Amino acid sequence: MTIINSKSPNIVANLHASLRSGSQVFELEVTSIFPSTGITAILGESGSGKTTLLRCIAGLEKSVKGLLKIGETTWLDDKRCVPTCEREIGYVFQDARLFDHLNVYGNLQFAVKRSHETVKKVFFEEVVHALDIGHLMQHKPDQLSGGEKQRVAIARALLIKPKMLIMDEPLASLDNARKQDVLPYLAALQNMFNLPMLYVSHSTDEVCRLADHVILLHQGKVVIQGSINEVFSSAQLPHVYQRETSTIIKAKIIEKNERWHLVRAEFDGNMIWLQDHNQSIGRTVRLRIIASDVSLSLKDEKESTILNRLEGRIACIQMDSRGATALVTIDLMNTEIVAQVTRKSIDDLFLMVGMKIWTQIKSVAILG
Amino acid sequence: MGLTDSDINAIWLTIKLAFTVTIILLIIGTPIAIWLAKTKSWLRGPINAIVALPLVLPPTVLGFYLLIAMGPNGPIGQLTEQLGVGLLPFTFWGLVIGSLFYSLPFVVQPIQNAVEAIGQKPLEAAATLHSKPMDTFFHVIVPLAKPGFISAAILGFAHTVGEFGIVLMIGGNIPMETKVVSIQIYDQVEALEYAGAHRLSAIMLGFSFIALLLLYSFQKRGLASKFRIGR
Repeated sequence: MTIINSKSPNIVANLHASLRSGSQVFELEVTSIFPSTGITAILGESGSGKTTLLRCIAGLEKSVKGLLKIGETTWLDDKRCVPTCEREIGYVFQDARLFDHLNVYGNLQFAVKRSHETVKKVFFEEVVHALDIGHLMQHKPDQLSGGEKQRVAIARALLIKPKMLIMDEPLASLDNARKQDVLPYLAALQNMFNLPMLYVSHSTDEVCRLADHVILLHQGKVVIQGSINEVFSSAQLPHVYQRETSTIIKAKIIEKNERWHLVRAEFDGNMIWLQDHNQSIGRTVRLRIIASDVSLSLKDEKESTILNRLEGRIACIQMDSRGATALVTIDLMNTEIVAQVTRKSIDDLFLMVGMKIWTQIKSVAILG
Repeated sequence: MGLTDSDINAIWLTIKLAFTVTIILLIIGTPIAIWLAKTKSWLRGPINAIVALPLVLPPTVLGFYLLIAMGPNGPIGQLTEQLGVGLLPFTFWGLVIGSLFYSLPFVVQPIQNAVEAIGQKPLEAAATLHSKPMDTFFHVIVPLAKPGFISAAILGFAHTVGEFGIVLMIGGNIPMETKVVSIQIYDQVEALEYAGAHRLSAIMLGFSFIALLLLYSFQKRGLASKFRIGR
């Protein structure tokens, strides 16, 4: 089910680890191939093994067995296990883990001195500027706010010049306002440094906003993995995430409507109205359409408050045999969009694969 | 102050002994402390107990066993004779060995506590920043556990200065070689030279007070320095 861009070197992780704490044993069993470009999110509830998977990749979990390859480099197989200090990763811990005996500058230099590549002054300045921590250089970690600590930790991880950046819920310990202090930097990092990122989160919101690829874990096992849209539009989402089922698309802003404070965006030949948040024309935005916000109609309901109505064909209907709902995939000129409707409606309207149908989109979230 | 030559020799010898023992203990105590702080091995309990033994054992018992071990028929004695350094009882180096055992817990435990307080987290962070184990030891563990190391050095030094029983057992009473301050005071009291005993006792009291004062003022400032002895 995983479709991977074969042009870029992949990360192969076939890992097994069993962790003991007291009488409890936690088993992690992951088989995954994911692209070493863009942002790969590891999503799951707490206790699903997200952090353990990251620790296995970083070499911090000693009990791990299996195979781990980053492109051509093997970090783990039957014969050897490359120690953490020789793996070229930048690891951002959930709790920042700055060294308390060093100030911010000292923490950053700790990485600079140990990088396998020389870190040019220009690069140092660039990182410091990107995370906006220039004014904090002389501060000790205990003088920093949570968001500042996390930004310094990210800078420190970048300054080791890693081949891959690993982030373990870097926003989890921050309140909402502080999250907004860090989130924009994360989104920008990927573009600035073109570094593959592994991002652990339990927040579907963060994941939808940042990730290109998703691995969904549940009780130590991979439930579903693939591109962000494949995962979120899948009928196989575990029960707790079913309400998050959605279509994630990229659209281009093509027209502004000053009078109604709206903008028009285009994706694969379809037009959609969005609220005007000062997006400039020509910009590409990521949109999320939650499946339960999409309803279906046999004809174009012009006398309706719903602005976005698109004509398509039913490509697939998947019934939730244990529940009241069904997931309908609608093909709109090269793009598929999912709608969550009741099984009763499907029966009442005699919906079938191949039928022409109007999708009505009640709301669209703009993810930036 | 009216110190006799014999007093000054005893003081000098005591300082030399305590200094030697402290340096050696910091070198051998640190790996033991770090191992104890990190290991999950079943040996942790027994080793911890052995390290702490001198806290509860009468110094005469420790001294007695060491005397036997370092004697001509003991394992240490046979080893030292084979190495051509002769027998160690009633020599300065015999005293050093005795003191190493006797002061071991006072050096190991503060370091162990400080390293335990640091925990695994900064060490993992260091490893992800390409820091190899020795690099991490010198640039993360030592600076973070500095108050623990200072406590260990002060306690190791002060405790060696204050020992008596074990010196009596394996050191005897040889001027310039094994006659430390505590023995000198004992001699003076035996010989009813109370004035001399007063002088040296007052010096010991002052020294011990200052050592402990230093220790506790470091603890107030230090982060990971909680000194708990006899856990």
